[in-house]
Amino acid sequence: MSKACRHLVRWACVAFTSGLMVSAAAQDDHAVREIQRYRQMLQEANPAELSELRGEDLWRSLRGRNHVSLERCDLGLGPGRLEGAYSRLPRYFADTGKVQDAESRLVTCMMTIQGMTLEEATRDWHSPNSDMEALVTYVAGLSKGYAIDVPLSHPEEARMVAAGEELFFRRSGPLDFGCSSCHSMPGRRIRLQELPNFLDSGSARGAMTQWPAYRVSQGAVWTMERRLIDCIRQMRWPQPEYLSDVVIALEMYLQRQANGGVMQAPGMKR
Amino acid sequence: MPHSRRQFLTSGSSITLLTLMAASGLLGPEAAAAQWNKGAFESKNMEDLVRTLGGTAPQRSDDIVFVGPEIAENGAVVPVEVASRLPGTDSIALLIEKNPNLLAANFAIPAGTLPEIQTRVKMAETCNVYALVRAQGKFYYTAKEIKVTVGGCGG
Amino acid sequence: MANPMRIRARADGDIVQVRVLISHVMETGLRKDAQGELVPAHYIQLIDVTYDGRIVLSAEWGPAVSRNPYLAFKFRGGAPGGKVRVTWTDNLGETQSYEASVE
Repeated sequence: MSKACRHLVRWACVAFTSGLMVSAAAQDDHAVREIQRYRQMLQEANPAELSELRGEDLWRSLRGRNHVSLERCDLGLGPGRLEGAYSRLPRYFADTGKVQDAESRLVTCMMTIQGMTLEEATRDWHSPNSDMEALVTYVAGLSKGYAIDVPLSHPEEARMVAAGEELFFRRSGPLDFGCSSCHSMPGRRIRLQELPNFLDSGSARGAMTQWPAYRVSQGAVWTMERRLIDCIRQMRWPQPEYLSDVVIALEMYLQRQANGGVMQAPGMKR
Repeated sequence: MPHSRRQFLTSGSSITLLTLMAASGLLGPEAAAAQWNKGAFESKNMEDLVRTLGGTAPQRSDDIVFVGPEIAENGAVVPVEVASRLPGTDSIALLIEKNPNLLAANFAIPAGTLPEIQTRVKMAETCNVYALVRAQGKFYYTAKEIKVTVGGCGG
Repeated sequence: MANPMRIRARADGDIVQVRVLISHVMETGLRKDAQGELVPAHYIQLIDVTYDGRIVLSAEWGPAVSRNPYLAFKFRGGAPGGKVRVTWTDNLGETQSYEASVE
């Protein structure tokens, strides 16, 4: 074969291969677009709305030993003030001397106002359609449209954010894995699932404003704590306790990264 | 918010058989089952189903508009929308080719209601979804293939 | 409140658009739980929607309708203030009925 001919064949091969590569990439993009369209079709009616309804009912119901409702519960904006409260959590509470998120704060109220034990308040928290799921979804929904505004005005708040940041970057467990292994770079995916990059405020906002979210694969709404605890389990780290400082610290760091994002929860996820 | 059975009777003058039966506590599993077309839900193919519904030879029609995703991320929840342009449409059914049971749902459209339905169905795997319409006593259908990434029947 | 329902009914001229989100497990009877046991079938079989007492939609469902079912449709001859009522009965004989006003 002449030199010119070989040259031609080589270029033809390159063109053909890159054509194939382009079409493979285009197929990927097409799949991603179609899945986005699928998700859009589901936005019309989110089953999480049903959890919100149940949550509102629980909020107003007379429960616990003291047979009272949660309507005097203070989630940071004053007793019973719910609009925008979730978007300002986690934060420091003087009455407990701790930084608390929405879930632990609701449990505080269930124990102190309604007279429940910790066990009673958190019973089956991880089961689909649990009381905690409903209450948190209801409370979060009342921050829809509010910008995430996690404060950093108390030393405890600063301490928790710093702890959360350290946890985010720490590699540990049998897989030597950390949150940052998957969530600190742009454009990452597991199969067709896009992974938010928490070092980028835009990506962090895109993620955090959607939680709690109805997870279609679970048929239930998952709260952020539930999601984090499951992520940690999937990294093969020891599973942290529900409402523990570890989870709240991580949650606070992630919420801070998403500061300014407008809450849209409850969202809908795979 | 929840209504007690007693409230059904006071809430309206002409109520459906269903609400009346529910209100009077008569609707046990057997009674409900009697109203539900078991044969239709056990049909294995469209011809059988149409026969069970009292018809014959369903014809493909371009006058049925079927909107659905090309890819369903989760087969447990597949949004579908059917609109029939066939005059005299009085029922719209959804059939899922590779499900354990073909018929997913059958909607009766009374006069005054638009022949359009939106709902969500489970798909076991990638396959055709059919919209089966009855109009003026005859059956028509259209099909759309929907790809499923995670099957939605077995958990 | 075991099985809430969200009914949205909006009038646009003469046409009312109804959108309903129903809480129901819609178990197929084919799913196995964590212990490997089959979860019994539990799904809505009959559903009807009335407007001021007249039927505007009725349907027979099987277990292939998704969990927490969504239903949307339109009918003519409705107006703000009219009452839309949704009633369902499942294969175990359970039933729920909710009402909402057209906006």
